Amino acid sequence: MRSAMHLVVSAAAAFAALAFSSLAPAAAADTPDPVADARAFRNYFTQKFPKVKLEDFVNGPYSMNEDMHRQWEEKEQFPPYEFALEAGQEMFSKPFKNGRSYADCFPNQGIGIRQNYPIFDEKEGKVVTLELALNRCREANGEAPLSYVKDDMAALTAYMAFTSRGKPFDIKIPSDPRALEAYQDGKRYFYTRRGQLNFSCASCHVQSPGERIRAEVLAPALGILNAMPIYRSEWSGMGTISRRFTTCNSQIRGVPLDPQADEYRDLEYYLSYVSNGLPISGPGARP
Amino acid sequence: MTLIGPNGKVMRLSNIPLALLLLIASSTPLLAAGSEADFRTAYAAAETANQEAGRLRNQWTTTAAALAEAKKAAEAGDFDRAIAASKQAEALAKASIFQANNEKEAWKALEIR
Repeated sequence: MRSAMHLVVSAAAAFAALAFSSLAPAAAADTPDPVADARAFRNYFTQKFPKVKLEDFVNGPYSMNEDMHRQWEEKEQFPPYEFALEAGQEMFSKPFKNGRSYADCFPNQGIGIRQNYPIFDEKEGKVVTLELALNRCREANGEAPLSYVKDDMAALTAYMAFTSRGKPFDIKIPSDPRALEAYQDGKRYFYTRRGQLNFSCASCHVQSPGERIRAEVLAPALGILNAMPIYRSEWSGMGTISRRFTTCNSQIRGVPLDPQADEYRDLEYYLSYVSNGLPISGPGARP
Repeated sequence: MTLIGPNGKVMRLSNIPLALLLLIASSTPLLAAGSEADFRTAYAAAETANQEAGRLRNQWTTTAAALAEAKKAAEAGDFDRAIAASKQAEALAKASIFQANNEKEAWKALEIR
């Protein structure tokens, strides 16, 4: 009798173990784990490019190619984003018509805070990017919002990024299921193929960094937002994160969403989070 | 009048049975000029499919270009070209819908783990 009982208990235990072993990984695969994601993300790039120092990934294509790195060092002697930086500082310092200023809308008067954006706003239940926060600041003070893809927004964010240079990205995901959902939605957007060319963000920036796409060297996704905004020779001007996302979409023959659409906000949240710990290097310059 | 047969021989039209001629005539409606009504039907189908792609947040620029081309051709009175462009737009929109639905799960295969 005892041996029969023992057999039943063992069989039940074996069945339970089998059931858990088959269910647990599936459940884990669907449960977002940002910490594990960020670790895997970083490992992928550092193993793929063992010669590139971790902090150098923020230099995008210049970290992938020695010749380009030399060109970049020379370019940094007279950086093409300098004019935007000066304009941004002036705009940032100039009070609004009501006497208040951008500094009144941000912690620490807006200085040295770039590395904390995007934030998850628990009141709104959504991701708030720096670009969005700047326009909300303007509107709250009776000013018209700026275009998300044009020079003034790029100048403002260039100045704010400059005051954070060297500070590591420090994106927080609060204990709020909506924050985790936003993170997961951003991740899904990053890996989802779209456009007639059937490319995802990852097709270029995970599968092919360092490779050429026509004349351009593709940047790695790790640290890709740390240098934003950027001066691009291709654009003959400055570009914001919004401009970068919408342009990527149209290049793969997808109709871009509105700048600061929820999808782009979540994408920025995901991409910034997985680059936590890497220094802000913006504003940057790219070919 | 003569026709070239499948065996390469020249055939006189009068030698071809009437039933066969009727069959050929009935199976070649595309040779007929497209009408404005045909264009409107084709364009509406393409727009509906593109709206569905929009609902899935996955419209393609090439669909928009084909729709614009269809409209331009229709305005110029070239309904054959307008219908062809509308059909192309519908096919592109349907492909973008397929892509969006397929990617609901397929994106996971690309994820770094």
